[in-house]
Amino acid sequence: MALLTTDFILYALAAGLALALVAGPLGSFIVWRRMAYFGDTLAHSALLGIAIGLLTDSNPQLSIIVSCLLFAFILTVLDKTSSVSTDTLLGILAHSSLALGIVVLALADSVRVNLEAYLFGALLTISTQDLLWVLGVAVLVGIVLYRWWDEFIAATVHPDIAAVEGSNVDRLNSLLVLLIALTIAVSMKIVGVLLITSLLIIPAASARLLAATPEQMALRASLIGCAAVVVGLFVAFAIDVPVGPSIVVCAAALFLLLSAFKRA
Amino acid sequence: MLNLPLSKTKTHAAVPLRILNDAMTAPSHPASASPNAAPSAPLSSDQGAKAEASLLRAEGISKRFGERTVLDGVSFAVEPGQIVTLIGPNGAGKTTLVRIALGLIDADSGHIQRRPGLRLGYMPQALHIDPTLPLTVRRFLALAQRRAAASSDEKPEARETQTSIDDTLAQLKVSHLADAQIGGLSGGELQRVLLARALLRKPHLLVLDEPAQGVDIAGQAELYALIDSIADSQGCGVLMISHDLHLVMSSTDEVICLNHHVCCHGKPESVSTDPAYLSLFGAGATDSLAVYTHHHTHEHDIHGNVVGDVTAEDGDTESHSHEGCPH
Repeated sequence: MALLTTDFILYALAAGLALALVAGPLGSFIVWRRMAYFGDTLAHSALLGIAIGLLTDSNPQLSIIVSCLLFAFILTVLDKTSSVSTDTLLGILAHSSLALGIVVLALADSVRVNLEAYLFGALLTISTQDLLWVLGVAVLVGIVLYRWWDEFIAATVHPDIAAVEGSNVDRLNSLLVLLIALTIAVSMKIVGVLLITSLLIIPAASARLLAATPEQMALRASLIGCAAVVVGLFVAFAIDVPVGPSIVVCAAALFLLLSAFKRA
Repeated sequence: MLNLPLSKTKTHAAVPLRILNDAMTAPSHPASASPNAAPSAPLSSDQGAKAEASLLRAEGISKRFGERTVLDGVSFAVEPGQIVTLIGPNGAGKTTLVRIALGLIDADSGHIQRRPGLRLGYMPQALHIDPTLPLTVRRFLALAQRRAAASSDEKPEARETQTSIDDTLAQLKVSHLADAQIGGLSGGELQRVLLARALLRKPHLLVLDEPAQGVDIAGQAELYALIDSIADSQGCGVLMISHDLHLVMSSTDEVICLNHHVCCHGKPESVSTDPAYLSLFGAGATDSLAVYTHHHTHEHDIHGNVVGDVTAEDGDTESHSHEGCPH
């Protein structure tokens, strides 16, 4: 396994596993609350953040995070006030912000960026700083989810009962959106804006087939995600294909396998 | 577990307040102690006005949704140990009123006064669990005793939680469902599980939105009897929405007939065979089942949810000619 002696492989593995671990529980919430499209929109809009960050010459990771949080806020407000249905609203915003991001990037002659890296991820080229961002956010998300786990579950199962029992449901919802936005922002380098949502929801959807409680589903989603990352990385090397898509394909394959077994 | 020394009867509301108050401020319900009263023995035995505080008091509640006035100046109160039932046609604003009372939505005007420290148990009208969310009955019930739900000083230990879940399930005769998935329950089973969730909080006030929904006819009477006996044994007040008028009357202290405003309210012991009442609710509501005087000078469509052939003889939609309403 000379493969594993190289630093960039270790970096890729560490970043991928950290993301997969938090993607389990976080992705479960996205599935339970039917927020897949919401996550997708956030991810698409992140490209606009990248473009603006490059143009203004600011820290790219920071500008992605700021734009993700900003978009999360805008989406939440629009969702409450707009007369357009949520999925239409998300559809408009997702693709217009993605298109705008690409246009802005193309117009900025001063900067030549590898668009493909942002769209599909470039796990093998992540820097130490990138890795630290992923690890930091993963730890933060993990701590918040662990600390308020029952609260999040209660607010997801029945917001009204949770509120009557003393939970601040609005604050919990905002906190969850914040965690999702943060996670999406730092996982851009790993799987890219087009594939992030799949890394969040495919392991969770697979784990649903194996779980009787929310906790089982969240933990098993983490394990399935980790397996997809490891196998995906290995396959990417073995047959020389892009890592991000390879991980997503592995996750999808696991989902299909589990579905088939479940049905059999 | 709080066992009230008094038994629930029709005259429950008339039981001297001292007994009720003493029961409600018993040690096992520390949070129910009155707001600004020092917890000294002399004060609690010497019942002052503060000790008679209603569990919940709504005054002049109004609520509009767009152009539609749903509630118009509604006032009512739930006293300790009292069972108050809200009846009224579909779209009368019953659920909206309850949601305002619970603090889930804000009224446009008027105000809600909840006794400080009041612990609420809420059983919503319907529970839809997303099929992607695996959830056993036991896990669902354990949520009732999470951090935010448990009052600060009585966070139960894990084992204690487990026992009280088992006890509550047994009390509601659904012990066998403990490890079943919530999504696979029948209507009646689900209602009992929801009731268990509300009861696990050892509430001072139990708020039930059509508790017998989705329960078959035979099960409905049983469910109401269960609610009655639980309210009795736990000493909690009950605010309940129901369409099943003839079933709830016998175990209700106060009935509020709501159709955007309070049309009338009364105690079931003032039994009457008021013709207006009979024409509205049908002959099935007579006999030994409690009936109360119902001075309707107007009629409401009950949308067939009450008894017999009501809709047949009263098929017109809510006529809002309320000029003769005896509030």
